[in-house]
Amino acid sequence: MDFLGLNLPSYSLETVFGSAISGVFLGAIYALVALGLTLIYGVLHIINFAHGTLLMLSMYAVFFLWSLFGIDPYLAMLIVVPGGYLFGYVLQRSVIGRTNHGRDEIILLATLGVSIVLENVALFAFSANERNVQVPYDFDGIDLGVVYVVWPQIAALVGSLVITAALWGFMRFTDTGKAIRAVAKERHGARLMGINVEHIFAVSFGIGTACVAAAASLLAPTYAVFPQVGYLFVLIAFTVVVLGGMGSFVGALVGGLIIGVTEQIGRLYLGESLGLITISAIFILILLLRPTGLFGQKS
Amino acid sequence: MMDSGNMQRIGWVVLIGALLAAPFAISSGRWMDFIEITLFAALLGQGWNILGGYGGQYSFGHALFFGTAAYLQALLQYKLGWSPWLTLWIAIGGSVAVGAFVGFLSFRYGLRGSYFALVTLAFAEAFHVLSRSLVTVTEGGRGVQLPLNQDPEQALATFQFTFAGPFLSEAGYYYTILAFLLIGFAVTGWLNHSRFGAQLQAVREDEDAASALGIDPFRVKMGAICLSAAVTSLAGIYYVQKFLFVDPGIAYGPGKSVEALFAAIIGGVGTVLGPLLGSAFIHLVGEFAKETIGAMLGDRPGVDLILFGIILVLILAYMPRGLVGLLEVLWRKFMAKRGGGNA
Amino acid sequence: MLEVSSLTKRFGGLVAVNGASLTVAEGEIVSLIGPNGAGKTTLFACIAGFLKPNEGSVVLDGRNITGRKPHEICRRGMVRTFQVVKPFAGLSVQENIAVGAHTRIAGRADALAFAGKIAGQVGLGAMLDQSAGDLTVAGRKRVELARALATQPKLLLLDEVMAGLNATEILEIVTIIQQIRDAGVTILLIEHVMQAVMKLSDRAYVLNYGEIIAEGSPVEIAHDPKVVEAYLGHGASERMKSAGVSNA
Repeated sequence: MDFLGLNLPSYSLETVFGSAISGVFLGAIYALVALGLTLIYGVLHIINFAHGTLLMLSMYAVFFLWSLFGIDPYLAMLIVVPGGYLFGYVLQRSVIGRTNHGRDEIILLATLGVSIVLENVALFAFSANERNVQVPYDFDGIDLGVVYVVWPQIAALVGSLVITAALWGFMRFTDTGKAIRAVAKERHGARLMGINVEHIFAVSFGIGTACVAAAASLLAPTYAVFPQVGYLFVLIAFTVVVLGGMGSFVGALVGGLIIGVTEQIGRLYLGESLGLITISAIFILILLLRPTGLFGQKS
Repeated sequence: MMDSGNMQRIGWVVLIGALLAAPFAISSGRWMDFIEITLFAALLGQGWNILGGYGGQYSFGHALFFGTAAYLQALLQYKLGWSPWLTLWIAIGGSVAVGAFVGFLSFRYGLRGSYFALVTLAFAEAFHVLSRSLVTVTEGGRGVQLPLNQDPEQALATFQFTFAGPFLSEAGYYYTILAFLLIGFAVTGWLNHSRFGAQLQAVREDEDAASALGIDPFRVKMGAICLSAAVTSLAGIYYVQKFLFVDPGIAYGPGKSVEALFAAIIGGVGTVLGPLLGSAFIHLVGEFAKETIGAMLGDRPGVDLILFGIILVLILAYMPRGLVGLLEVLWRKFMAKRGGGNA
Repeated sequence: MLEVSSLTKRFGGLVAVNGASLTVAEGEIVSLIGPNGAGKTTLFACIAGFLKPNEGSVVLDGRNITGRKPHEICRRGMVRTFQVVKPFAGLSVQENIAVGAHTRIAGRADALAFAGKIAGQVGLGAMLDQSAGDLTVAGRKRVELARALATQPKLLLLDEVMAGLNATEILEIVTIIQQIRDAGVTILLIEHVMQAVMKLSDRAYVLNYGEIIAEGSPVEIAHDPKVVEAYLGHGASERMKSAGVSNA
């Protein structure tokens, strides 16, 4: 097939469609990861470079819960999500929050520093070997005709949607959720209203980490974990957030799905490695042409 | 009477003299290697510093300039057999071209702050992937291996010092990186005492105010990124000549970008001495960590980077002006005590 | 020297400046006054190239500079200061001013020397080595003024250069501004401090809701009932008359 002068392989519409479906399931996970990132940005106005390593650590946690205690990765969510929340809370309160004076690149750098520390702690502690969770229902699934969808993929899609809905409800209807939205909109005013802004920052960061922990549970059955896996996801997560619009939940969801599908189709036509280029290319193009993304607000 | 300016000048003379004399004074091969590694990281940091410290545009993808220069240097020798002394000019030029390209897109579209940082990272990743995929051009994941020259007569011609006669085989590469670093010093020093440097720093501090005073922020930032790419490219050229090998991960992986950042920020952004100081500090800490903690817990990778990351965060939180800032504070306290009666 | 004709600037549905016209002749000091939110800084921004006007034109010394970039306008000889001062905090006072000097002076040493001279003119001679970020508001305003002066402008746009200054500092700045004019620089200033406006200006324009509602000598506009109403509210002029407050 000739596309822009490149000699691309030819695929049937079925295959392409199948790829797209895979992309939707993958995209749901991307959306969940991006949700945490966009929440952190929306409230604290920081771009959390450590987001990927938080995912990686959560994945290790899920792995070890499975390998040492035989806990099913989906059940592990009950442990890992609160654990992730606590870790994120403490991380923001005692480390990242301390660098919050001055330019926004400084905080980005601080999160980069944190990500390097976490990645290398994992490297040191767990070595670079890939770890894989094996579940008995790994390869069972539903045949949709164009593509065979395995249970982990379905769980990922359902899980992401449920968590996104729960988070949206939390933000809309609970007091803490309203406080978070207040701080996101106007932090000084919120402080004057008696809201403990530092606490809300930490809560938001914690929730963002919890999202990532949930994503880790959903990813564990199909993805291997190794110390650098976070770095891979971080660029994708950034692209999703930038595409969807910084601070927008809907954007994270839509962006995640678009990126998931694009990546799978890109991989189909361009091969494994070049498929990643589509991500970088989208990221750069969005930032140049429409930095507020699809649903973001102009700041 | 010794004034601050003169003391600084003497300090520089002493430092450069010590660096020039080091191969004669230090007999331990291990320490010379250590200094060479430190100078290499310092050069990366120095290049970064031009755009980041002086220009205020923090790049997370400086490996772009290192890697492009390294690949050009390696490929032109490997595929076309050209002289390394010729290819190095093309390597520098190629790096600058990439810098101009990224700079043009970023600055024309008004990307600043964290967005600029992330875009540079995205470009570095894109080049990483491309260098792995365009196998016919770059040899892909296999990397480019340059043939080792074992003829001492050809050492200078091939820009390889491993078999270069008694003196150069010990110190040839060292003086190469030192010469490149001195060029880096000269460029940053020039930034401190020139109109361009003043305008660049003004843009860093406040772009609007700088525009109001007749400075074109786009042109100044473009100049900075090209200069930064040029200095960083020297590190790529050195790397290829020394190690005779480059592959996608080495060229465009996050490692070099992070190294550059660490050296410059820990040492002190926007200063001439910062990157060298930062590099020396983290490499010393790294050595110390490997000796002590590594020995205790087994020789596993990652210990040094953990420490570097922690130091980075601490510096950002408590000492944003880096080690140079700390030295300045100590110096002022020292001078105040000394000149107590002369106020 | 400066001719602004029918300048209009809209932000979406909001008309910030509506058909404003003003002129400044060489050697004059002209004031632009008006209540808060009248659009004065927006008008300045349009004149100085920081905003592109939707309609109208700006002509400097016979050359049309409408919509040109700020740095080009500065090279042509018009420079502005900012209402909220923008010092180059990481640089010293002398280095700050030198940035301005470099607009016309290429050599570093010459620029620094010239900066020193200008600093002396605005009373910053003793603080050359201080970090600009450490200065008081008054100090920073002087740095802002000195920086602009160092570009050797023909026309200086001062945006509320006296805001935040106490009475003594205001008197000092007034003298400095007069000296600047005597040295051959034309000045257009936005100001709220009325005593300074009265003392300094040859002429004044009054802007209200984006429109020029009055123009003339300071005394004339002080007695213009439209101006009184703009500041004190609708009907104020009548109320003052009937209360026996003399407008003379």
